[in-house]
Amino acid sequence: MSESRLKKVLGGGHFAVTAECGPPKGADPEVIRKKGRLLAGYVDSVNVTDNQTGVVRLSSLAACVILREEGLDPVLQMVARDRNRIALQSDVLGASALGIRNILLLSGDHQSLGNQPEAKGVFDLDSMQLLQTVRQMRDKGIVLGGDQLSSMPDLFIGAVENPFGDPRSYRVARLAKKVRAGAEFIQTQCIYNITRFREFMAEVRDRGLDGKVAILGGITPLKSARMAEYMAKSVAGMDIPPELIDRIKAVPAKEQRREGIKIAVETMEALKEIKGVRGVHIMAIEWEEVVPELVEKAELLPRPGG
Amino acid sequence: MISAERKPFGEIKASIRPHRKILMVGCATCVAECAAGGEKEVGLLASQLRLDAVKEGREIEIKEMTLDRQCVYEFIDQVTPVADQYDVILSLGCGAGVQAMAEVLPKIHIVPALNTTSIAETREAGVWLEDCRGCGDCKLDYFADICPVTRCAKGLFNGPCGGSKEGRCEADPDAQCAWQLIITRLEETGRTASMDEVYPPANWARKQGKGPRKIVREDQRA
Repeated sequence: MSESRLKKVLGGGHFAVTAECGPPKGADPEVIRKKGRLLAGYVDSVNVTDNQTGVVRLSSLAACVILREEGLDPVLQMVARDRNRIALQSDVLGASALGIRNILLLSGDHQSLGNQPEAKGVFDLDSMQLLQTVRQMRDKGIVLGGDQLSSMPDLFIGAVENPFGDPRSYRVARLAKKVRAGAEFIQTQCIYNITRFREFMAEVRDRGLDGKVAILGGITPLKSARMAEYMAKSVAGMDIPPELIDRIKAVPAKEQRREGIKIAVETMEALKEIKGVRGVHIMAIEWEEVVPELVEKAELLPRPGG
Repeated sequence: MISAERKPFGEIKASIRPHRKILMVGCATCVAECAAGGEKEVGLLASQLRLDAVKEGREIEIKEMTLDRQCVYEFIDQVTPVADQYDVILSLGCGAGVQAMAEVLPKIHIVPALNTTSIAETREAGVWLEDCRGCGDCKLDYFADICPVTRCAKGLFNGPCGGSKEGRCEADPDAQCAWQLIITRLEETGRTASMDEVYPPANWARKQGKGPRKIVREDQRA
C-alpha cells in the first residue's frame, strides 16, 4: 500500500517542493518517463496537468501511473470542465485503485481557449463542489446522492487559489471556502508580485487558515522579457509588476533565462520566510529541466526521505 | 424575450433553392423585438430574395405574412388555409415557432431562417444580452440577481475562477465577470456572508429532464 509522499513531507514539518509536468500531445510514454527522471530526487511530488488550457494531451491519470512506475509521487490534476459527476467520481476511484495518492481539483481553463473551442464545456460541478464530493468519498465513503462505496479512496486532497485574481477583496474568503469544502493543500498561481502575496498571506493568517491548510507558493521561472510581457498581458489572472518586467528587459536577450532563474530563486527564498507558506510548487512550463537547478539554488536539497 | 439572429443569406438561399413558390412567415413577438424575424425583417429578406432571383434570371414568388405569435396554434391557423399553395414555408420564428408550425402543418416543408440563441434582455438599441438558460430552478435571489449559470462562462456556483482580470471574463474579455458583478452587488447590500457556505451541486435533471420538459396545468386545460 503506497502513501502520499507530499502528505508525509508536510506532516513532518518540512518545506515541500512540488513541480508540474505537462503530458505530451501524443501517446509516447517515454516523454513522461524522461520528465519524471529529470525531477526524481529534486521534488517530493509531481503534478500532472489535465488537458491544461483546453488542449488535448495524454491523459493525466495515465501519465500519473507512468510517473508512479518511475518511483515518483504523482498529483493527479482533475478539472470539472470535461467530465460530469459520474465520470469524475469514477475516475477518483480509479486513481486510488491505481495507487495515486494525491489529487488536485480545479474548474479548468475554459474550453474556448484551447484547440477544441467547439467542445461542450461540462462544468456539471464546480471546483468547490468537486472538492466536497471527493472529500465525502474519502471520509464518509459516499458518492453524491448518498450511496455507500464498498471501499473508500485513499487520497490527499488539494486545490488551487489565485491570490492575484479579481475581485481581490474576495480571494481569501474564497480560499476559506475551499478549505471548508475539503482542501488539505493549496497550490497558488505563479507569484511575481511578492508584496501582494505577503498581504494575501497576512489575511490568510488573520483568518487562521494557515493552520488548516498547507499552502505551496507557485513559481514559474521566466524565460525572457517577451514571455514576461506576454504573460502579464495575455494570461488570465497573472500579476507581473512592471518593475520585474523592466528588470528582465534590462538584461541582454541571451542572459534573460539566467535572470529568470535568479528571480525565481529569490522568490522561493522569500517564500521560505513567509509564515504559513509550507512549500513551493514549480510550474516550469516545457522547461522541466530547470527544476533541479532552482531547487538546488534555493537550498531545498536534499529532499526528506529522498 | 427569446433572442435570435438571421442566418447568413447564402445559407437561407441554399435551403430554399429548389423551390419557386415561397411563403415567408415572421413572428411579431420576441424575434420582432430583437429585430430578427418581425414584419420588417420579413419584408427585407423577401426583397433580398426577389432581387437575387431577378439577378440570376430565376422565377420566384414570395408571399409575406407575420403572425402575432408563431408558437401559438390559434395564430398559426392563419397559415393553414394557404399553406398548400406554396412549395415551402420559410419561417422567421424562433425554434419554437418553426416546430409549432410543423406540428400544425404535418405535410408542409418548413425551413428555418433564424438561429435561435437565448433568453435575453435588450441592453441598448441593437444589443441583446443572454440572461437565462431556463435551468428550471431559479436561485437569482441567492446570487444577487445575476445568473451564474448563464453569465459565468463556466457556470460556477461558488465564486469566481482565478482567471478574471479587471472584472472581465477569461473566456471573453468583452464580457463582464459574472462573479465580479455578484460580489459587488452582495457587498453593496451587506450580504457577502451568504457566500461562505458551499452551494451544492445543481439538479440538472430540472434542466435536461428526460427529453423535452413539459408543463401541464390542469386548471388551464379546457
